[in-house]
Amino acid sequence: MNPIYFDNNATTACDPAVVEAMLPFFTEQFGNASSIHSFGNQVGLAIKAARSQIQQLLGAEHDSEIIFTAGGTESDNTAILSALKAQPERNQIITTVVEHHAILTLCEQLEKDGYVVHKLRVDKRGRIDMDEYKALLSDRVAIVSAMWANNESGTIFPVEEMAEYANAMGVQFHTDAVQAVGKIPIDLKRTKIDMLSVSGHKLHAPKGIGVLYLRRGTRYRPLMRGGQQERGRRPGTENAPAIIGLGKASELALAHIDIENSDVRYLRDKLERGILAQVPNAFPTGDLSCRLPNTSSIAFEYVEGEAILLLLNKLGIAASSGSACTSGSLEPSHVMRAMGIPYTAAHGTIRFSLSRYNTLEEVERVITAVPPIIAQLRQISPYWNPVKNCPADQAFAPAYA
Amino acid sequence: MWDYTEKVKEHFFNPRNAGPLEGANASGDVGSIQCGDALRLMLKVEPETEIILDASFQTFGCGSAIASSSALTEIIKGMTLDEALKVSNQNIADFLDGLPPEKMHCSVMGREALQAAIANYRGEEWVDDHEEGELICKCYAIDSALIESVVRENKLTTLEQVTHYTKAGGACASCHEKIEGVLEKILASQCEAPAISKPAEEAVAPLAAGEKPKLTNIQRMRKIEEIIESVRPMLQRDHGDIEIVDIVGKNIYVNLKGACMGCALEAATLGSIQQKLFEELGEYVRLLPASQLEMAR
Ligand SMILES: Cc1ncc(COP(=O)(O)O)c(C=O)c1O
Repeated sequence: MNPIYFDNNATTACDPAVVEAMLPFFTEQFGNASSIHSFGNQVGLAIKAARSQIQQLLGAEHDSEIIFTAGGTESDNTAILSALKAQPERNQIITTVVEHHAILTLCEQLEKDGYVVHKLRVDKRGRIDMDEYKALLSDRVAIVSAMWANNESGTIFPVEEMAEYANAMGVQFHTDAVQAVGKIPIDLKRTKIDMLSVSGHKLHAPKGIGVLYLRRGTRYRPLMRGGQQERGRRPGTENAPAIIGLGKASELALAHIDIENSDVRYLRDKLERGILAQVPNAFPTGDLSCRLPNTSSIAFEYVEGEAILLLLNKLGIAASSGSACTSGSLEPSHVMRAMGIPYTAAHGTIRFSLSRYNTLEEVERVITAVPPIIAQLRQISPYWNPVKNCPADQAFAPAYA
Repeated sequence: MWDYTEKVKEHFFNPRNAGPLEGANASGDVGSIQCGDALRLMLKVEPETEIILDASFQTFGCGSAIASSSALTEIIKGMTLDEALKVSNQNIADFLDGLPPEKMHCSVMGREALQAAIANYRGEEWVDDHEEGELICKCYAIDSALIESVVRENKLTTLEQVTHYTKAGGACASCHEKIEGVLEKILASQCEAPAISKPAEEAVAPLAAGEKPKLTNIQRMRKIEEIIESVRPMLQRDHGDIEIVDIVGKNIYVNLKGACMGCALEAATLGSIQQKLFEELGEYVRLLPASQLEMAR
C-alpha cells in the first residue's frame, strides 16, 4: 500500500517541476552569479527571475526586498539580531510563548545577555490578547516578532493588525511566516510588516533555502559580513539551484493558493470530523475559526503521541506529535502547554498536516486507521478502564519522580 | 525517528502481559512528571515463597516506555521479591538490547514501579528519591539532576571536573555549553557576598567626607578604577569579577561577572563595594549594575 504523508508542516516533498527547474544549475549552468562571463551571467538572470517569483508570492513592492538565506531559522535570527544591532538604544523584544524554537531559543540567549524579552501569553485556543500586546509597545522595544501561523496548531495570529500598532509606535515588526507562506494569501505591500521569514522546504522547494523579506527603508544590519551578494545583506556565493527551485515553488504556490483554501481545507475538515466522530475523549486544539487550511491537531486523551505515531507508521501513515517523547527533550510541546492542555491530553496530540498532493482516498484510509490504534493503546493505559471502555473512574494518581 | 532496537520494537508492537491482572495482590503506580509517562505494575505473589507468579502492566507512554514495561514483567516473573529488587534499570535496557540515551528514564521508571509494588505488597511506604532533569550528555545519558548533585556534593567548579566525576561531556563534547550553564547556575546560587575587608588601620586618620582635596575629573576616574581594581581579587576568589562600564556623575555602572552575576547576594556585594568607594573617595556615589545604564539612557 502506498505510504501516506500527512506531515507537511514538518517538511514537504519537492515538486517534480521544482526539481526539473533546478537540475540544469548543478551541471551545465554551474557558474558563479557574480562572474562576468556567460557561465555566471545566465545564473544571475535565473536568480533575478526567482527573486521576482517570490516577490509575487509575497506581494512585496520591490524585488530588492527579497534576501535569500539558508532557511527559516537563519531568517528569524537575522531579523531579531539586526533590529537589536541597528537600534542599540532599544533593549526590549516582544514575542509570544508559542513561537518556533528558532525565535524562542534565541530570545532565551538574549535574555542571558541582558535584553528584556516579553512573551505574550495565549488563551486555551492559542490566541493572544491584543490589549496586553498594545500595553507592552514602547520606545524601548527594538522589535516585535510574532509568527503568522503556528506550526503545531495552525492558529493564525492577526499579524497585519499587530504590525499597524508597532508601526504607529515606531517599533520594527517581524513575522515568522514559515508556515503561512503558500497556504494563505499574503500581500506585504499593503501591510506595515518590516521583516518576514520564509522557508523553502515548507512549500515544496528544497531544504536549506529561505528568504528574509526586508521592507525598503527598514534599518538593517547583516548577520554575517563578506562579499556583495544580496547587496551585502547576506554575503556568500548564492545557492543558485535552491534559489531557482524556490522561485519555481513560489510560482506554483501562487497558482494553487485557492486550492489550498478550498480542496485542501475540505480534506482537512473531512479528516478531522471523521476521526472525532469515532474516537471518544478526543478534541481538536487551536483556534478552529482562524487557522491554516491544511492543519488539524487532535488531542487524544490518556494515550501517548509517540506510541500512536509508531503504530500509524506501521500502517504507512506519517504524522507528528507534540508529545515529549518525540522531541528528545522530555518536555511536552510548549505550544500545547501554553494553551493549558492537560498533560494527559497534551502528550497525545497528533498533528495531521496536509498538502495539495494528498487525496480523498488517503483521508479515508487514515480515518479508518486511527480509531483502532487509539483503542488499542487505551487498552493498556492506566488512565483507561478497558472493561467499561471509558476513562478509569478512580483517577490514576501515580507517585511522581 | 528513534533508533530503536528490533527487541524494543518487538516488545512495543506485541507487548507481553499488558492490561489488568486477575488476582493481583500488589501494585505500584509511578510516573515521571517531566516526560509525562506513567506506569502501573501489578504482581501476583505467592505468600509462602514470595515468588512472583504473574505480573502485568498498564502504561501511558511512548514506544520505549511500553517496551520497558513489557520487558520488566518478563524479567521478574518467577523471581522471588528479593531477587526482583536486584533488577536494575540497566538490566531492563540490556534485555531490550539497549535504549536510546533520551529514553533511559523509561527503564528507570520500570525499576521504580517494581520497588513501589514490592513496598505495597510488604505494606511499606515507598518514597521516590530519584530526581530527573534535562538530558545534558547524550553520549553517556547523563541529566542535569545528576550533574547538579555531584557538583554540590563535591564542590566542583569546572567543566573538566564535571567530566571527570560524571563522564558527562567526555565524548563528543557538544554539551559543554550546557554543562557550563548548570555550573554557572549552581555557583551563582552558592555565591556568598565576598566580605570586603576594611582598609587596615590607616596611619593617617581619613579625612571626614567633604574634606578630601578636590580631585580633577581624570584623577577621580583613576581613583575609582583603582578602588575597583583592589576588590577584584576578592571577587575572583569566589569565581566572580567586576568591571567598570561607565561613570555618569554620581552613578558608577559596573558589570558583575561569573559567579556573582544574578547571585542572590549581588545587591549586598555591590553595597559593600559602594561603601568602600564612598569612604575612599570622600563623596557619595552610587554603584549600579550596567543593565540600569540602558534604562537610564
Ligand atoms: C514556524 C517555523 N519557523 C521556523 C522554522 C525553521 O525553518 P528551517 O527549518 O528552514 O530553518 C520552522 C520549521 O521547522 C517553522 O515551522
